[in-house]
Amino acid sequence: MTRFESDILAEALEIVKLYPEPRSATIPLCHLAQSIDGYLAKDAIEHIAELTETTPAEVYGTASFYDMIQLHPVGKYVVGVCTNIACMLQGGYELLEEVESTFGAAIGETSADGLFTVEEVECLATCDRAPCLHVNYRYFGLLDSEGVRKLKEDLTTGKIEGEVPNHGVLSRVKRHAPELISMKEIDDLRTQEDKLKADRAAGKGSGNA
Amino acid sequence: MPNEVEKIVLGRRDLPNSHELDVYLNSGGYQGLRKALSVNPEDVVAQVVESNILGRGGAGFEAGRKWSMLKKATRRYLVVNGDESEPATFKDHFLIENDPHQLVEGTIIAAYAIGASRAFIFLRGEFALGLERVQSAINAAYRIGALGRNIFGSDFSLDVVLHPGAGAYICGEETALLESLEGKRGFPRIKPPYFPAVIGLYGEPTIVNNVETVSNLPWIVTHGGSAFKALGGGRSTGTRIFALSGQVRNPGLYELEMVKTSFRDLIFSQELGGGLRDGRSLKAVIPGGVSAPWIAPDQIDLPLGQDEVAHAGSMLGSGSIIAMDDTTCMVRAAWRISRFFMRESCGQCTPCREGSSWIEKVMARIEGGAGREEDLDLLMDLCDNIVPGVSWPPAQTTICVLGPSIPSSVAVGIRMFRDEFLTHIKEGGCPFD
Repeated sequence: MTRFESDILAEALEIVKLYPEPRSATIPLCHLAQSIDGYLAKDAIEHIAELTETTPAEVYGTASFYDMIQLHPVGKYVVGVCTNIACMLQGGYELLEEVESTFGAAIGETSADGLFTVEEVECLATCDRAPCLHVNYRYFGLLDSEGVRKLKEDLTTGKIEGEVPNHGVLSRVKRHAPELISMKEIDDLRTQEDKLKADRAAGKGSGNA
Repeated sequence: MPNEVEKIVLGRRDLPNSHELDVYLNSGGYQGLRKALSVNPEDVVAQVVESNILGRGGAGFEAGRKWSMLKKATRRYLVVNGDESEPATFKDHFLIENDPHQLVEGTIIAAYAIGASRAFIFLRGEFALGLERVQSAINAAYRIGALGRNIFGSDFSLDVVLHPGAGAYICGEETALLESLEGKRGFPRIKPPYFPAVIGLYGEPTIVNNVETVSNLPWIVTHGGSAFKALGGGRSTGTRIFALSGQVRNPGLYELEMVKTSFRDLIFSQELGGGLRDGRSLKAVIPGGVSAPWIAPDQIDLPLGQDEVAHAGSMLGSGSIIAMDDTTCMVRAAWRISRFFMRESCGQCTPCREGSSWIEKVMARIEGGAGREEDLDLLMDLCDNIVPGVSWPPAQTTICVLGPSIPSSVAVGIRMFRDEFLTHIKEGGCPFD
């Protein structure tokens, strides 16, 4: 992408408005950029900096801290295999090997057909279904080699296209709510409430503070 | 034999489509908030103080006491911590996906109690489905008048904003979470101040509460703090969700009255964990997330209570319990945990950044068969450099508690399974391969 445009730009501006300080929108906007490109492109970094009133260096500094923000192009599907302790006890490393060979990509690499990028990830909080993995952050547990083979088939043939969305975990998250109450209005409301509270406390005495 | 009896937060677990609003409303949903709004905020605080609910995130601080520490200021924030990333902890993930309305209702109750200017629900970025469902629950709350101006016809007005993380264990630490929410790297803040209740989000007083803690609030407000306190024992009141994993027959979530059940019951009772698979025997238990020192099979009659586990030299932490059977290589287990800390250290403090990476390298060397006998002393020395005396609870030598959590598994692994470490070294490889 070059910059956020049309509907996506409108969504980006809505996100910025959710926060008292625009910089807070940095990570949500990185997710938004990834829903278009799969990774955080240089132009996106610059546009996010404008929208959050920061610098590209600050956006990059934040983005590069987080595992989910991709700084290089990835395949259509990012497959993250958990090898942390609960999965390891149930064959997480064996699952990782299976995924590397079945999907045709080593850790950190993308398959020749451009479909799959394989990652080794930390605990996905799905430990009752260990060993598990995610595909674009949709979770699949209790996987054996047959399960991995079938998963690849389903992804390749588009059978679970609806179940596993495109990149960007916010792609299906839409806020439908009235405009936020302004911080000024809230400050006034809370000041009034605090005064009532203080009056009640004074009326009751200080016995049960 | 203690079963799962009292259901407080997992009450809708068996209801189909428990994430949908009508199911929620038909099962008592939003009664807690209505009741809360019918009394003064300080009365809600009093009920939560009375319940003595300990924070369910890991540190186990009394939630009511935390609220009472909120510094007076016009503007203050509530942030719900849904960044669940402690390995083998999967309770919040379940609550977020399967009872999002309960989470949102609890959030509004907490915000009312502390008079929050705005509430943020910070969810782990990896929880894609959870993000969808919590946003839908927030949207529904606005639709039915539970959010926005004059909630349910009262004078109270509030907005709740959902915020996604982006993959960093350290953001579960509350000050790192606030940095992340401000759009920065997840660097924990220097203490003091020890609590965001003094200086938090955007420099304003902020309460950070865990998802499970907040999800308990509708029940506590509806039934009263004393009803909650009547469950459990000692300081560990109410029920708690225990996340059981490892080589047990029935891994999963169990909501149990605190203290009334032991680790043995949880792991071996037919109604609960069902024992180990294939008739294997128990080798060790991780009692509260990988930051906690392991406990031995002869310690499993300990009750599932916060102080009880602390007195035995470990911690109940995030309530995740990993049972490891006799086919488990303990060197590999300790190595994998040290690798986790190495990857997740934010890098600010030298003992944590360097210590975790050195420990991981030496552990990998032993597991890989190139270890030396003096490596065991070297490991203990490295542990001692992070936590002087390798004591428990650990000394605080770094900005946050990630650093002092690093030595737990390695040090206790060497103490409990020294022979197994030595076998790796003498045989030049892992005897379990």
